[in-house]
Amino acid sequence: MKQQELEKSKEYKYGFTTDIESVRAPKGLNKEVIRFISKIKKEPEWMLNWRLKAYDRLKNIKEPNWQKPKYPKIDYQNLYYYSAPKSAKDKPKSLDEVDPKLLETYAKLGIPLKEQEKLSGVAVDAIFDSVSVATTFKDTLTEKGIIFCSISEAIQKHPDLVKKYIGSVIPITDHYFATLNSAVFTDGSFVYIPEGVRCPMELSTYFRINASETGQFERTLIIADKGSYVSYLEGCTAPMRDENQLHAANVELIALDDAEIKYSTIQNWYPGDENGKGGIYNFVTKRGACRGKNSKISWTQVETGSAITWKYPSCILQGDNSVGEFYSVAVTNNYQKADTGTKMIHLGKNTKSKIISKAISAGHADNTYRGLVRISSKAKNSRNYTQCDSLLMGNKCGAHTIPYIENRNSSSNVEHEATTSKISEEQLFYCNQRGLNQEEAVGLIVNGFCKEVLQQLPMEFAVEAQKLVGISLEGSVG
Amino acid sequence: MLDIKNLSASVDGKKILDGFSLKIKSGEVHAIMGPNGSGKSTLANVLTGKNGYEVEGQILYQGKDLLTLPIEERAQKGLFMAFQYPLEIPGVNTNNFLKTSLNTIRKGKGLKEIDSLDFLKLVKAKTKNLKIDEKILNRQLNVGFSGGEKKKNEILQMTILEPTLAILDETDSGLDIDAIKIVSDGVNSLRSKERSFLIITHYQRLLDYIKPDFVHVLINGKIAKTGCSELALELDKIGYEEIGAST
Repeated sequence: MKQQELEKSKEYKYGFTTDIESVRAPKGLNKEVIRFISKIKKEPEWMLNWRLKAYDRLKNIKEPNWQKPKYPKIDYQNLYYYSAPKSAKDKPKSLDEVDPKLLETYAKLGIPLKEQEKLSGVAVDAIFDSVSVATTFKDTLTEKGIIFCSISEAIQKHPDLVKKYIGSVIPITDHYFATLNSAVFTDGSFVYIPEGVRCPMELSTYFRINASETGQFERTLIIADKGSYVSYLEGCTAPMRDENQLHAANVELIALDDAEIKYSTIQNWYPGDENGKGGIYNFVTKRGACRGKNSKISWTQVETGSAITWKYPSCILQGDNSVGEFYSVAVTNNYQKADTGTKMIHLGKNTKSKIISKAISAGHADNTYRGLVRISSKAKNSRNYTQCDSLLMGNKCGAHTIPYIENRNSSSNVEHEATTSKISEEQLFYCNQRGLNQEEAVGLIVNGFCKEVLQQLPMEFAVEAQKLVGISLEGSVG
Repeated sequence: MLDIKNLSASVDGKKILDGFSLKIKSGEVHAIMGPNGSGKSTLANVLTGKNGYEVEGQILYQGKDLLTLPIEERAQKGLFMAFQYPLEIPGVNTNNFLKTSLNTIRKGKGLKEIDSLDFLKLVKAKTKNLKIDEKILNRQLNVGFSGGEKKKNEILQMTILEPTLAILDETDSGLDIDAIKIVSDGVNSLRSKERSFLIITHYQRLLDYIKPDFVHVLINGKIAKTGCSELALELDKIGYEEIGAST
């Protein structure tokens, strides 16, 4: 490694790539590439046709451009749409068969699968580049009838479920990036919780972008059948790349009658260097449908990485008495930009939603909360509570709150509160005088600021998230 | 313990402390009185290391140069200041803040971190001694505290952190007589041969409860007069102007 690279890797802890030969689709976006992906995944014809339909649609629509962070034009013909570690062609039957180099990478990332399997009680569906390489705890889950596997596997083994639900929350016609994902998605997770089953463990997946110039198009589908419960964790880190890398995932959640889905994300992808060079474009579509009565979907996200984060995990509250929640911490430092928030669409009666957004901005960064609360005329007696707090560090960063509220019936109630504050020199001095150094003081104040959100995370994640928030802001107070 | 030699401090070119010298030995209690703008709070800020001052001169603390140390290291070496205006930190639990603070200071001293249970015992005993309502421990640090509660919280922190040199920056300002009793009880309970105090105040009142060994009158950035505790009484009668004129 050159000295410069060495120094760089020090700055971003997870900035390394693993030397594994990749199988790639040819560069570019066309029907041949889509057929290639579908073929390599041994997909049935209906899946290929679905992809091609999305591709046809894509040709007639344009990228949206209403968001605040602007980005250079992406040349979609200059990207690879499929890349998989070669050794994964013959999928390992157990962890022992997993390429030791992959396992090494996970160890560097702090995900020792073997230990995790034994100790932590977390089932990990690890995604390395585009192919799922190892799934643990399958036996325990199978006993309960829970399906937790890669979406590619689900398409082959559970085609009826996939066919019924894929695209039912995010249609292929939705918007440019969602449509793009539908055409070229490579892998992702699939979860089905049968009726009345409470998933006995947190389901977890780690994403990682590895091969250069590879767009990542994950597709995740989670279905909670009547009266079931599942908590799903998504965490990710990416190695360092100079070119901007596009990530356009689609995540669909479906909760039927009396079911609950809790979806937590820690997003720590490469944010670019301190001058704003490089970094991931994180353009993700996440949407959940509370389809059944008394159902609940809760999104919790801690967004610290990526050059640009552009996402709105949303809830469509169709079932009567259904509940949607969105808890978010978005941290931007240096030249990072985030435009994030949620949409709560109230359709059923007595539906409730809660939005807690905490935005932290430092350096030259820009952080926007954008949210829509729409209460339809039929959603009688519905409620929304929204709280958006922004914390600024220094005087070169920005924070914006853009709430859209549409209430079409008089029996429903919408509340919105927003604050903007700044970490003051005086607060830091006070903490320093009590023995805390600058980083500890900032960590303490910032964690106090976003506690309400962090405590929504499962225990083991909360600690990691707390550290991450601190690390992301290191050096931002001078 | 503390030896301040010819200390000058300016803000934006304006001199606030000008040739200030003071020696404090272990176990001594010094009171500094003076009119508004005489440099009392600046002295406290320079000692604790607050940014924004151009400082000249020398401060030796336990024989070592204090001015080169960052704020937190001074704190870890036993320097404590009770703030005139304690800061509000939303979302941060008071109990948690106290524990974090105690542990960083213990770490600085090379001691083991205190665990949650032992800390809880300690903090409960201290609140009881000081007759402070322990409910403040579960509230966000200083958020929504009354002026009196904030000052009491400072004294609570002082008794828990057990500093070597404690500076009280106008802690008595705005306090009723009951709260002043709590503050002075806190100080008196900590008085020992190894510990010194620098008490900055406007009023003689506090010194009825805390008997200082020395009283200094600070005027225009330097000590105009030094005496024993009777000087405070005298000041109360004749005012700062007279003292200033007589020197």
